[in-house]
Amino acid sequence: MSSESTQGTTTLQDAPVILGHRHLLGLRGWSRPEIAHVLATAREFRDVLSRPIRRVPTLRGVTVVNLFFEASTRTRISFELAEKRLSADTVNFTASGSSVSKGETLKDTARNIEAMKIDVVVIRHASPGAPHFLTRCVDAVVINAGDGAHEHPTQGLLDLLTITDHFPEVRGRRISIIGDITHSRVARSNLYGLTAMGAEVTLCGPPTLIPPGIEGLVESGSVRVTHRLDEALDGCDVAMALRIQLERLGRQLFPSLREYHERFGIRMEHLERYKDLLVMHPGPVNRGVELAGDVVDHERAVILDQVTNGVAVRMAVLFLLSGGTAEA
Amino acid sequence: MEPEDIVKAQLMDARDLDRTLDRMARQIVEVSEPGEPVGLVGMQTRGVHIARRLHDKIRAADGIDIPVGVLDVTMYRDDFRNRLKQPTVRTTHVPYDVSGRRLFLVDDVLYTGRTARAALDALMDMGRPSGVYLLVIVDRGLRELPIRADIVGREVPTLPGEEVRVRVSEIDDRDGVWLVEHPRA
Repeated sequence: MSSESTQGTTTLQDAPVILGHRHLLGLRGWSRPEIAHVLATAREFRDVLSRPIRRVPTLRGVTVVNLFFEASTRTRISFELAEKRLSADTVNFTASGSSVSKGETLKDTARNIEAMKIDVVVIRHASPGAPHFLTRCVDAVVINAGDGAHEHPTQGLLDLLTITDHFPEVRGRRISIIGDITHSRVARSNLYGLTAMGAEVTLCGPPTLIPPGIEGLVESGSVRVTHRLDEALDGCDVAMALRIQLERLGRQLFPSLREYHERFGIRMEHLERYKDLLVMHPGPVNRGVELAGDVVDHERAVILDQVTNGVAVRMAVLFLLSGGTAEA
Repeated sequence: MEPEDIVKAQLMDARDLDRTLDRMARQIVEVSEPGEPVGLVGMQTRGVHIARRLHDKIRAADGIDIPVGVLDVTMYRDDFRNRLKQPTVRTTHVPYDVSGRRLFLVDDVLYTGRTARAALDALMDMGRPSGVYLLVIVDRGLRELPIRADIVGREVPTLPGEEVRVRVSEIDDRDGVWLVEHPRA
């Protein structure tokens, strides 16, 4: 059992960790042992994905609905695949062309779903707190697949899984999150997850895209803010670039995409200067904005590993939250 | 033993367990055809250590190096949703192709047969073994499914409120087998 015992605290422990959560609404409030348990479970599910038959019967008889009130391709597909790999029954619901466009409220949509005997609801919604609201209207387990600029916890977990593939012990590692922190739920979930695991987090971006006082968002842990890319990359282990969400920017918060790239885009010169730097990105990438095209294709960019890990992490979350209760 | 266990009898001491493993190792060699590809599969958690010991004994006595895989059946259990405790997945790692190979599936105790059923499903998802033998240290009876072991260390008739604890020094404080009563069994 060498593989179980050599990787320190982020692998399976002999004493099972019981998650103190019935839902996954955000990584805020998740402890280091709980997150480590999800990651260890995800590693086992990742092995399933590389077998000849990439499916296990674990969630047979469990019905999952994917409620996507907001456009999403990769997260929805990733969840759907995770559900299918676990043999769950899945139903997809997208806002366009549904009852939402006929004026139905979230509460009524939820109660209708409840009436159809659904076990797990995966929800993406433009309003922060929508998944939380849902837990008060339905009995099902709720998994947040992104709510406004609040959280995107499975993204935070898959990013952590990708980091632990390279750095088994996250404590003390220096991780920089670069880009539009203000509008990013990915940044928030990572901030909570990374600090819970003991990483030192640097947030970097133009002053207009970093909310003042964001360091105070986490109760404990190391968070600092810089507006200079070189300060964020110097001595940094992993740089996570965030997507500039052109569709979300209501007004002009930086002069131009070209200027953004010149000041905050990660380019080959950075990979040459920082020899061990790993680059991550939640996707989809705007090539030539957050990352130069040749950086995206570089071997130290682990963006596709993040995608693979996303399915495994979502399998782990579905598995852990739908099998048995923490109270018993 | 586990907390709350009340020991009713010791079924094997360290020496008994070692002799039992010697005999089971002999049986594995006897039932294997010469030249036939074979593999040991230890079921988490104690079956893994038992499988490794069988491997060591066969290598020492016959010079045959049978590869050992590790199997966790949590993903294949049929009581996944009924159990009150949150499940924990342990490592599954079978470092050889199971197709065309005769497998010796190793567990510590055979009881309802549900774990063995789950293990068979898991193995079939990995390929098409030419055959599967089930080996257990103790067969305690009370089967709920039509499953039997091919190589058995010892048959011990038990009652539903009892538990059989096989302990191995790799992860426990000593070797041996005990019959206990468990309040919540």
